Amino acid sequence: MVELGALSLHLGLLLVLPPLLLGIITKTKSIAAGRRGPPVLQLYRDIAKLLGKGAVYSKTTTWIFRAGPIVTLATAVGAGLLAPLVGPAAPLAFAGDVVLFAYLLGLGRFFTMAAALDTGSSFEGMGASREAAFAALAEPTLFMVLAILCIPARTPSFAAAWAFLPTQEWISAHPPLIAAAAALFVVMLAENSRIPVDDPNTHLELTMIHEVMVLDHGGPDLAFILYGASIKLFLFASLIVHILAPIPAGPAGLPVFLLGVATVAVAVGIVESTTARLRLLRVPQFLIGASVVAALGLLVLIFRGTP
Amino acid sequence: MHSISLTVTLVSLLVLFGSALSAAVARSNRAALAVGAAGALLGSVLGLAGAALAMLTGTRVDSTLPWDLPVGNLRLGIDALSAFFLLCIFVVCGLAALYGVGYLRGYGDRRRLWPALVAFNLLEAAMVLVVLARDGVCFLLAWEIMSIASYFLVTFESERDEVRRAGTTYLIASHIGVLILFALFALLGRAAGSWAFADLVRSGTLGGSSLCFVLALVGFGTKAGFWPLHFWLPDAHPAAPSHVSAVMSGVMIKMGIYGLLRVLTFLGSGPVWWGALVVIVGVVSGITGVLHALAQHDLKRLLAYHSVENIGIIALGVGLGMLGAHYGNAQVAALGYAGGLLHVLNHGLFKGLLFQGAGSVLHATGTRDMSSLGGLLRRLPLTGGTFLVGAVAISGLPPLNGFVSELLIYLGAFSGAGALPKSASAVALMVLPALALIGGLAAACFVKAFGVVFLGEPRTTAPATAHEAGPAMRTAMATGAVVCLAIGLWPAGAVRLVSGAAEQLTGTDTSRNLGPFFSITLAATVVVALIALIAALRAALLRARTVQEATTWACGYAHPSPRMQYTATSFADPVLMPFSHALEVRTHGGPPEGPFPIEAHFEKHLGDMAGERVLVPLWRRFLRLNSRMRVIQSGRTQLYLTYVLVTLVGLLLWQIGGSFGG
Repeated sequence: MVELGALSLHLGLLLVLPPLLLGIITKTKSIAAGRRGPPVLQLYRDIAKLLGKGAVYSKTTTWIFRAGPIVTLATAVGAGLLAPLVGPAAPLAFAGDVVLFAYLLGLGRFFTMAAALDTGSSFEGMGASREAAFAALAEPTLFMVLAILCIPARTPSFAAAWAFLPTQEWISAHPPLIAAAAALFVVMLAENSRIPVDDPNTHLELTMIHEVMVLDHGGPDLAFILYGASIKLFLFASLIVHILAPIPAGPAGLPVFLLGVATVAVAVGIVESTTARLRLLRVPQFLIGASVVAALGLLVLIFRGTP
Repeated sequence: MHSISLTVTLVSLLVLFGSALSAAVARSNRAALAVGAAGALLGSVLGLAGAALAMLTGTRVDSTLPWDLPVGNLRLGIDALSAFFLLCIFVVCGLAALYGVGYLRGYGDRRRLWPALVAFNLLEAAMVLVVLARDGVCFLLAWEIMSIASYFLVTFESERDEVRRAGTTYLIASHIGVLILFALFALLGRAAGSWAFADLVRSGTLGGSSLCFVLALVGFGTKAGFWPLHFWLPDAHPAAPSHVSAVMSGVMIKMGIYGLLRVLTFLGSGPVWWGALVVIVGVVSGITGVLHALAQHDLKRLLAYHSVENIGIIALGVGLGMLGAHYGNAQVAALGYAGGLLHVLNHGLFKGLLFQGAGSVLHATGTRDMSSLGGLLRRLPLTGGTFLVGAVAISGLPPLNGFVSELLIYLGAFSGAGALPKSASAVALMVLPALALIGGLAAACFVKAFGVVFLGEPRTTAPATAHEAGPAMRTAMATGAVVCLAIGLWPAGAVRLVSGAAEQLTGTDTSRNLGPFFSITLAATVVVALIALIAALRAALLRARTVQEATTWACGYAHPSPRMQYTATSFADPVLMPFSHALEVRTHGGPPEGPFPIEAHFEKHLGDMAGERVLVPLWRRFLRLNSRMRVIQSGRTQLYLTYVLVTLVGLLLWQIGGSFGG
């Protein structure tokens, strides 16, 4: 458990910052394309506007459709309480928190997919099926990344992993972390439906993955979905920052953290500006490639010995 | 008799046998149902009390009852391992018996029900006896009753062709398994000079015997459904009435796990490759099980393949426990065994729940084919809700019970990967991505199963006129769902159920090594509270606003029909695609041809990879080998007489040589 100040800082960052990240990505893409683009704070306005609206539900749907966005947002916030933001410790830290982190996101995904199937639309079924396929392939990679982080500390916990190594020799003492960061970046792109796995801006339902699953949601429900998705992206970005540059606790860590997360967002923007989306049939190869990178990191870790 | 818990359990055994007998002579379906189900329920409640008592007091007794058979006395006993498996048997069978009251009534007067009731109670009693047996002969006898009773349950609807086939396959498979177990116990008994388990443990002459270990793994693995010995399972489990499928999948296959663990107490922890082999069996069973499940469109067959997957997960835990025990690492051993054992209970609970849900669907619509179902959540709200609980639990997701046991196995794998020597740590490390992949694929499979059956629009008229299950069935499903949730929210209590058995297997105090359960409860509570908070926020936001009803957005197409919804097969296709080389996918038909296509059809089937790539080729080779023996079978009587003569002369010579030599 952490004290009250750190807890409120964690909650504040977790609840306020995420939509900004998507703003930075969009801005990066706009600049790269030579456009001015929407304001960085656009997503906050979208969410506020949607929260003020009513809702329209399909006659086919049941309570599952209404529960989907709620569970997605709740699990994203819940996972946010387990992941470290500023400093190595999260408000809820225990042996096994890394597993709970991954599985809470899985619970959210389960309900998003179920809500999509609840509409009876074959487009949404298509999206759910693709999401299920890519998530199942990304999951082993995520766990290999977690293994690289946690095995030296012998405790599957974020706090233990970051308490284990001295800050200054982080990367040099532990090269598999580079593989972990690279693999996690790919998992982040896949889990958050970014290019090259999915295109968040596509306008053709046939090619969508995540967007098509939420076609029928509107009003506050859509606001929850957008907000939850931004939190998920924020959590992955902050994990990547933690892997590449350990963040000291307290006020000293805050600027490092903000700068780091913004950098990850810019990197996603650059990737999205410079690569095209992969054909659907190629996505599994991309994801398996990432798992090979993570497995390589693990092999180095095991056979070179832990630091 | 030394212990109250054993006495209570024996009384429950008597109740089960007695009610089976009375059901057999009952005059009407109604009487048979009343006697059989009441006996099963009473027996389960009594037995549960006995098992709980044994757990609370840490009872460990062996007792010998006089028995006038040439093979010796009847030895029964109870210890922590037995008590835990008794708990699983009584919980799952009790709920299934309750459910069965409503389910069997659905058969109406079309058939006599007493065989199902008698066989059910015999099956439960035989499983109890397997767990209580403290003697090889008694164990094998009980094992045989269990196999035969379940055979009669599998073939209950014997007028159907595929049911009879499934029954025969099952009977053959279980007897191949029994044959191997006979060999195992013969070896063990000869070495120890006795078949009593206490002597087998004490003598230790075959401790570390790899032959015995392999025999146990294959013999018990056939019952448990380890890949590739699971070939009978996807046919047999769906063929039985649904409450029996719940018992077979939920606890009967776990008797294989119990047997393996019991034999390990005779053999000791053995060389390191034993544990590694069990982990590898677990990885292969888990992944192939869930992949085959994904490809199914028969709801009960899908669930049966998931039993192969979950047996794999249990094997992962047991294998980790064996590795930990081999290296004397108490933490890895405790986490592995406790995780595997708790998954035995958890799988019994959620698989029972899911089979019961499938039974209600079958009861309500008359079909198990997912592609003709859909939209059932409106018509079967309780079945749908409890099926959802089971689906989330079997996917290993929090805050339900499947997560707790998988978390223990994850923790064991993480600490094993860090602490064990290199080769063993690589094996432990393999568990992490394997379990993650299994979890991801299971979630995909159950989103599919739940979504296609319960969500969307009815695909045919059958689900459109369905009705909810009766009160007995509803009570059983609701109770199962509540227990799943309780274990998920309060894992500290659930782990106390397995800690005694884990202690017995590891020989160390496990309480220090088992998990951060308060934090799990806290985190799960926080998430549930967040869900409530956000739901309240949504309700408050929408209160004063317009909430309209409309049709689903069909992307501009004006006349979608329910048949156009995504089906089970289409949902699973992209998930299976990366694995298609490893699977036996067969397709028939193709897209419509020509400018004016008249009709087109497309079918897709998934054959069982174990059968088609491993067992059938092996069997062919075996036959070819045996066909060489044909040369001695000419069919001429003279030749056979010559064989007799040659044999007699040979025996005579051997006898003479022996007497001279001696």
